[in-house]
Amino acid sequence: MTVFLIRRLMQAVVVLFVMSLIVFIGVYAIGNPIDILISPEADQIERERAIEALGLHLPMWEQYLVFLQRAVTGDLGRSFAFSTPALELIVERMPATLELAIAAMGISILVGIPLGMWAGFRPESLAGRAIMAGSILGFSLPTFWVGLMLIMVFAVHLGWLPSTGRGETVEFLGLQVSIFTLDGWSHLLLPAFNLALFKMALVIRLTRAGMRENLLMDYVKFARAKGLSTGRVIFVHVMKNIMIPVVTILGLELGSVIAFAVVTETIFAWPGMGKLIIDSINQLDRPVIVAYLLITVSMFIIINLVVDILYSVLDPRVRLKEMKS
Amino acid sequence: MTAANGAPTLVVDGLQTHFHTRAGLLKAVDGVSFTVEKGRILGLVGESGSGKSVTGFSIIGLVDPPGRVVGGRILFNGEDLAQASESRLRDLRGNRIAMIFQDPMMTLNPVLRIDTQMVEALQAHQKMDRATALARARDALGQVGIPSPDERLKSYPHQFSGGMRQRVAIAIALLNRPDVIIADEPTTALDVTIQAQILFEAQKLCREVGTALIWITHDLSVVAGLADEICVMYAGKVVEQGAVDRVLDHPLHPYTRGLIGSVPSRNRRGQPLTQIPGMAPSPLALPAGCSFRPRCPRADEGCKVPPPMAELAPGRYARCIHPHLEEAAAA
Repeated sequence: MTVFLIRRLMQAVVVLFVMSLIVFIGVYAIGNPIDILISPEADQIERERAIEALGLHLPMWEQYLVFLQRAVTGDLGRSFAFSTPALELIVERMPATLELAIAAMGISILVGIPLGMWAGFRPESLAGRAIMAGSILGFSLPTFWVGLMLIMVFAVHLGWLPSTGRGETVEFLGLQVSIFTLDGWSHLLLPAFNLALFKMALVIRLTRAGMRENLLMDYVKFARAKGLSTGRVIFVHVMKNIMIPVVTILGLELGSVIAFAVVTETIFAWPGMGKLIIDSINQLDRPVIVAYLLITVSMFIIINLVVDILYSVLDPRVRLKEMKS
Repeated sequence: MTAANGAPTLVVDGLQTHFHTRAGLLKAVDGVSFTVEKGRILGLVGESGSGKSVTGFSIIGLVDPPGRVVGGRILFNGEDLAQASESRLRDLRGNRIAMIFQDPMMTLNPVLRIDTQMVEALQAHQKMDRATALARARDALGQVGIPSPDERLKSYPHQFSGGMRQRVAIAIALLNRPDVIIADEPTTALDVTIQAQILFEAQKLCREVGTALIWITHDLSVVAGLADEICVMYAGKVVEQGAVDRVLDHPLHPYTRGLIGSVPSRNRRGQPLTQIPGMAPSPLALPAGCSFRPRCPRADEGCKVPPPMAELAPGRYARCIHPHLEEAAAA
């Protein structure tokens, strides 16, 4: 286990290094932030001073080295637009996004797995067919459209739920969270459902496929031949086997939910990281973009690690020390 | 033939299991009858697709849709299982009637420990605390010759070899001391030395505990050493039935004869094996009359009428109008 973790850690460092290099070159290619940051009326001297202050006068490779030097001490640079450390800016916004992502994941698991299991258990039934048709909608309707419809129906017409913002937050472990207030929940529900819809469809399909595949296995027939009740066969024997692929995919998807909550955050004016990155790209705020991407990559690495560990818990045939990577 | 130990445990009478498929009605089992007595072993022999496994699943009530038992009686200690409710069948399954499957790699759930899989089989049928159940499980593992059963209970199936897994499956089948065990080709996936051990254990258990055993296989040599009686199945019907030694030594039905002829034997070393010409017919398009007619060297016009099951010699039944009686008489 320790060897496994150390090896993973070393790989993570390499991935982060390569990633930072690619991002740096990419951001460099997008355009020159000076053109956006400094007003056109500024004179030459002012302009040069600003360029020097931001460190943009150095050649690219030198800028990268300066960045690396600072990065190893934990400093990912200052935002051009806000003049605050980029990392601080992102971490400040992170609880909102995490909250949204976790709520969305929770909804897709709590709704998706039971529906998928039923659809796999009774594929010919009316409910089974309806669930599958619904999952196709969940896959194919664009997130932004569903978001707008949700606002139309629940916020505008029915007036049940608020359409924007985060609502009342309370401090929990030094973070601002909204899940402990009723007002926070009412704000969270719509965006979380919007973000969950696609994942829910994915979970339904994965669970259904696993269910149908596993029900045909000999171990199910053997379990039934032992005289076990249908409930025990499904919820103990089959479910544990289904969970293996579901956990793998959900783990990977959790990363993407966090990283790409952008659309939902924009529509519901949710003050999270996704909105920050969009603003930063518009302003060519290089340090924030780079810091955001590095944090996202770190998140993916951590999630993958957790998934591998969970995997070994679920499937006794997988042991961490035997894992090659 | 007649057992000294009393009434038959299981009587299958005219069993019909049909599959309603899109391609048509598939008569997987079409009028199968046999009797198994306490402590006796019946060998159910046939090629792939002859309906022998479906017969086994019909008895235990585990035929999956579109298959359904549509006719006949399955009398288990006098109770007709063909009419029994699902909950009654579940009470009996694993309790009074147990089943062992072909592939030991597939029958145990890979993600559950052996103790879980054994304890649940006990607790499904009687109120029992975990400690008692574990003790019973340990005894059952010991009974089938698994060394250090205490440690093995805590293992997962992938930590066992194929032969050991099949022993675990047999131990699970034995847990509730059933009256009947249906074994569906349980040694086919195992190598011969393990196979011999398992056969020996099975025979011993039957004799000691008085369990009736139905051993489904395509391997005549297995049946020869194990069973008391034999039923040869072809295209969903029993074509020959009788005491195992007499059937194998002097087969009456041309199909049984063909089967025996296609087994390599030391006595016929160097000679080509006699194959049965042609292929087993599709169960969707069985020939009229005797199903074996197109492949049979003795077939004639008379075979176009379905031949009845008839007692052709004392204790010898076959479904044929041109049986190999001359050799049986000579014996």
